[in-house]
Amino acid sequence: MTPNSKIFAIVFVAAVLLFIWSCVRRFSLVTIGKPEDRFDNFPARIRDTFLYAFCQKRVLQKPFGINHFVLFWSFMVLLLANIEFVLKGLHHSLSFMLLPAFIHNPIYFLFDLFSLFALVCVIVAGVRRVVAPPYPEAITLDAYVILSMIALLMIAYFNLHGVELAVGEISALMPISAWVGRTFYAGIDLESAHSFINFWWWLHAIVFLVFLNYLPYSKHMHILSSIPNCYFRRFGKANTLPTETFVKGAKFGVETVDQYTWKDLFDSYSCTECGRCQMVCPASNTGKPLNPRKVIHDLKVNLLANGPIIKEGGKPTLPLIGNNGEGSITEDEIWSCTTCGACMEVCPVFIEQMPKILQLRRYLVEMKATFPEELLNLFENMEQRSNPWGIAPTERTKWCSQLNVKPFDASCEYLLYVGCAGAFDSRNKQVTVALAHILDAAGVSYGILGKEELCCGDSLRRLGNEFVFDRMARENVKLFKEKGVKKIITLCPHCFSTLANDYRQYGFEGEVVHHADLIDSLIKQGRLKLKKKVDAGRVVFHDSCYLGRHNDIYESPRSVISQATGKAPIEMDRNRAESFCCGAGGGRMWKEEHLGTRINLERVGEALTKNPDTICVTCPYCMTMFDDGLKDKNADKVMVKDIAEVVAEALQ
Amino acid sequence: MLVVACIKQVPDTTQVKIDPVTNTLVREGIPFIMNPFDTHALEEALRLKDRFGVRVAAVSMGPPNAEMTLRKALSLGADEVVLLSDRAFGGADTLATSMVLAEAVKRLAEKDELALVICGKQTIDGDTAQVGPGIAMRLNLVPLTLVDRIVDLDLAAKTIVVSRKLEARHEIVQSKLPALLTVVREINKPRYPSVPMRLEAQDLPVQLWDNKVMNLDVNKIGLKGSPTAVRKIFSPEREQGEIIGDGMKDPEGTAKLLVEKLVQKELLAL
Ligand SMILES: Cc1cc2nc3c(=O)[nH]c(=O)nc-3n(C[C@H](O)[C@H](O)[C@H](O)COP(=O)(O)OP(=O)(O)OC[C@H]3O[C@@H](n4cnc5c(N)ncnc54)[C@H](O)[C@@H]3O)c2cc1C
Ligand code: SF4
Ligand code: SF4
Repeated sequence: MTPNSKIFAIVFVAAVLLFIWSCVRRFSLVTIGKPEDRFDNFPARIRDTFLYAFCQKRVLQKPFGINHFVLFWSFMVLLLANIEFVLKGLHHSLSFMLLPAFIHNPIYFLFDLFSLFALVCVIVAGVRRVVAPPYPEAITLDAYVILSMIALLMIAYFNLHGVELAVGEISALMPISAWVGRTFYAGIDLESAHSFINFWWWLHAIVFLVFLNYLPYSKHMHILSSIPNCYFRRFGKANTLPTETFVKGAKFGVETVDQYTWKDLFDSYSCTECGRCQMVCPASNTGKPLNPRKVIHDLKVNLLANGPIIKEGGKPTLPLIGNNGEGSITEDEIWSCTTCGACMEVCPVFIEQMPKILQLRRYLVEMKATFPEELLNLFENMEQRSNPWGIAPTERTKWCSQLNVKPFDASCEYLLYVGCAGAFDSRNKQVTVALAHILDAAGVSYGILGKEELCCGDSLRRLGNEFVFDRMARENVKLFKEKGVKKIITLCPHCFSTLANDYRQYGFEGEVVHHADLIDSLIKQGRLKLKKKVDAGRVVFHDSCYLGRHNDIYESPRSVISQATGKAPIEMDRNRAESFCCGAGGGRMWKEEHLGTRINLERVGEALTKNPDTICVTCPYCMTMFDDGLKDKNADKVMVKDIAEVVAEALQ
Repeated sequence: MLVVACIKQVPDTTQVKIDPVTNTLVREGIPFIMNPFDTHALEEALRLKDRFGVRVAAVSMGPPNAEMTLRKALSLGADEVVLLSDRAFGGADTLATSMVLAEAVKRLAEKDELALVICGKQTIDGDTAQVGPGIAMRLNLVPLTLVDRIVDLDLAAKTIVVSRKLEARHEIVQSKLPALLTVVREINKPRYPSVPMRLEAQDLPVQLWDNKVMNLDVNKIGLKGSPTAVRKIFSPEREQGEIIGDGMKDPEGTAKLLVEKLVQKELLAL
C-alpha cells in the first residue's frame, strides 16, 4: 500500500526545491574565488576518484575507516532503495517489483542487508564518539542529529517492511524486516497494520526529506562535496605555490576569502571534520594554536559570512585574519605551521590546508610587512648577504679550506650546491666534508660555486616573503644557466625541493639529486666501494618532511644505512609518510618557539623510546633540531649523524 | 613640519678588507647597505610621520649608486629623498660632510618648517660620530646625541624630551625645537617595506642635488674643504692566542688551567 500520493508529491517537490535552493546558494559562493585549472588529467582524475572516493583508499588507512567504508557503500546501495521509495510514493506501481523475481529478490535482499549495515555503523559511530572520540570537539550536536536521522531512517525502513511482510502486503526476501515483522507485528489485524504502515512510511519520508535539507547546512555537506573534491585533487606539488607578478596595484597573498581560488573554497565545504589532520599536525600536537581542521572550518564560516556580501559587491565584514573567533584565523596560528605537509598527506578528501596558510603569510609579509620580530633579521640578511645568518659570502668556502674542491666549471658533471647550513653551520660543515670525501671516492666529477653561491630562498618562500624569494630564484636560475649547470647535488632537502620543484617555475630544467639518492645509486652501481661495516650501534632513522612527504624519497636513505652498517635502521613509530616534523621547516628554524612545548623535544622523545645509539638524518635542519633536543633531554650520548657521515666512515 | 633623516650608504663592513699597500678599503664587489644606525634614524622619523603627520625627507651624500639606499628609504615611507652627489663633494671629511648636509637641510627647510634632524649615532665605516653634531652647530640646532627614546614631543609648544643613553646611566633632557638627534640602535625596531611600497618606490623621484644646485664654495667642500689628512689606516696586529687544554674532553681541568694562567698574568686575584 502507498499513502496519499498527491500530498506526498507536493511535500516532495517542495523539499527538493528547497534542497536545490540551499545547494545553489552555498555552492555558488565558491565562484567568488579566483580561477584555477583543475580540469586537466581527465583519466587520472577518474582513476583517483574511483580509488579515493569510491574505494576510500585514504579513509581505510585508519582502522576506524572501515566503519565509514561500510556506511559509504550502504548509502550508495540505499540511494537506490530511496529512489524506489520516492517513485513508489509518487505512484504505487513504480517499484522494483515490476522486475522479475530473480532480479527483484536479490535487490530487496541487498537493501535489507545494507540497511542493517548502516544501522550498525551509525550505532558504532555514536558509541565511539562517547567512548573514544577521535578528538574532544568531535562530540557535536550536529553529529548526533545526523546519526540519529540515519538510524531513524533504518528503523522506519525495517518496521515498514516488517509490517508489510507480516500481513502479506508484499512478499520479498528481506530476512531482517521479516524478523522485525515476526517479532513485533505477528498476527495484527489489517486495520492496525495499515495505520502502522502509514506511520512508518511517513516517518521514513519525512526523515528522509529533512535529512536531505539538513545536509547542506551541516558538516555532512561533505556527502555532496567530497567526491568532486577527490576528482579535483591536486596533481602537482602543493608546496610549490603559484608565483606572483609584481606590478603596481596588484595584491599579494590572501586577505579576504575571495582571494583564494574556487578550489580552496570548495575544500572548505568538503571537510568531514574527521580530525585526522590535527592528529598528525606537529603544531596541534605541541600545544600551539594552529589546528589545520579549524583553519578549514574557519575558512568555511568566513565564506558563509562574507561570500554573499562579496557577491553583491560589498566589503567583507568578518576579517579572515585576526582575533575574531570562529571564521577568523589568528596570526599565531598562521606562524605556527612548519609546512611539514602531514595534514595534506592524511586528509581523506585531499584538502590542502598548508598552501592556504602560506597564502595568509604572503599577505602579512608582503602587504602588511607584519611578522614575528625574529624574522626581520632573517629577511634583511637574506636580501643583503643571501644567507640566513648574514655571514659574509666569502666564508662560503671555509668548509673546504683543507680539501681540494674545485670551483664549478663546464668540465664538471655536477654542481655541488652546498647550501647555507652546509657552508656556514659548524656541525653541518662536517656533513659537507663527508659528502666531498664520498664524491671523491666514487670519482664523481663536481665543483662548487663558492662565494658566488646564493641561498635557494626556501625559508623565504615558506614564510610568505615571495617578493624576495622571486628575486633570489631568478638570480640563481640565471647563475646556473650562465655557468652551464645541468646536474645539481644538494645536501639539504629544502634546497633539493626548492631547486627541483620551485625553480621549474623559473625555467630551470636541470636534474637535481639529494645526496641520499646519489649515494644509494653510487653504491648500487659499484662506483662507491665501502671498505667496512660501520658500527653505529642501534641506528634510528628520521624521515625529513621535505625529502619524504614532499618528494617521496623514503627508501634510498634506508638502503644507504643498511649498506653502510650492515643492518636495516630501526623505524620510529611514526615513519615514512607518517613521519613527525623536527620543527624547523617552513622558516620555523629562524623563529623562537614561544607557544606550547617544543616540537623537536616531542620527536627526540619518540626516537629515544627506541633506545638508539645513533639517530640518522638527511637534513641540516633536522640535524640541528635533534642535536638541540638531545642536549635538552640530557641524552647527548646519542649521536646525530647525517647518512653521509656514516657512509664516509665506511670508506676508511 | 619637516623631519630630515640623514642616511649614509656604507660598505657592508663585515665583508670589508683593508688593502695593506694603499691603506684604503678594498671596495670591489662589496655590497653597500644603509648604515645600520641610520635605519633607526629613518625609522624614528617615519614613526613621527605616523604619529604626527610630519613630512619626512631623507638626504644622503655619496656616489650616484647611493640612489639605491635612498630608494629603500622611499619604500619605507619617506616623502622626499635627496641625493647629494657631485665630484666636488668627494673626499670630504666630517667637516666638509656636515657642511654639505647642513646646507641641504637648509634648502629643504625653505618649503616647510624644520622640527628635527635625525642622524645615526655613527657610521660603521667612518665611525667618527661627528657629522650629526657638525650639522647641529652649523644650523644652530640643539644637538641631542645618543638618544634611545623620544619621551615626549610637542610640536605646537616646540619642545622635545628625550632619553640619552650614556655609560651606565640615562639622562632625560628637555630641549626646544628645532633640534638634532643622533640615535642609538635601542631606540626602535626598523620596519620592513611592504611590496606595494617597494613597487611604488621604483618610480618615485630621487632628487639629485649637485653643486650646480647647491652652489657651495668649492674650497669649503670635498677634498679641498677637508683639513683632515689620512696618514695611515691599518688593522691593529693582534698576537695569536694560545689554546689551553681540551675543553671538550676535560672541561674541569681546562677551567683550572685557565684560572691559573689568569692568576699568573695578574688578571685575576684569588
Ligand atoms: C680617517 C678617515 C679617513 C677618511 N678618508 C676618506 C677619503 O679619503 N675619502 C672619502 O670619501 N671619505 C673618507 N672618509 C670618510 C668621511 O670622512 C666620512 O665618512 C664622512 O665624513 C662621514 O663621517 P662618518 O662616516 O664618521 O660619519 P659619522 O659622523 O659617524 O656619522 C654620524 C651620522 O651622520 C650622518 N651622516 C654621515 N655621513 C653622511 C653622509 N655622507 N650622508 C648623509 N648622512 C651622513 C648619518 O646619519 C650618520 O649616522 C674618511 C674617514 C676617516 C675617519
Ligand atoms: S603543514 Fe604540518 S604544521 Fe602545517 S598545518 Fe599541516 S600538519 Fe600542521
Ligand atoms: S581537513 Fe581533511 S583531514 Fe582535516 S578534518 Fe577535514 S577532512 Fe579530516
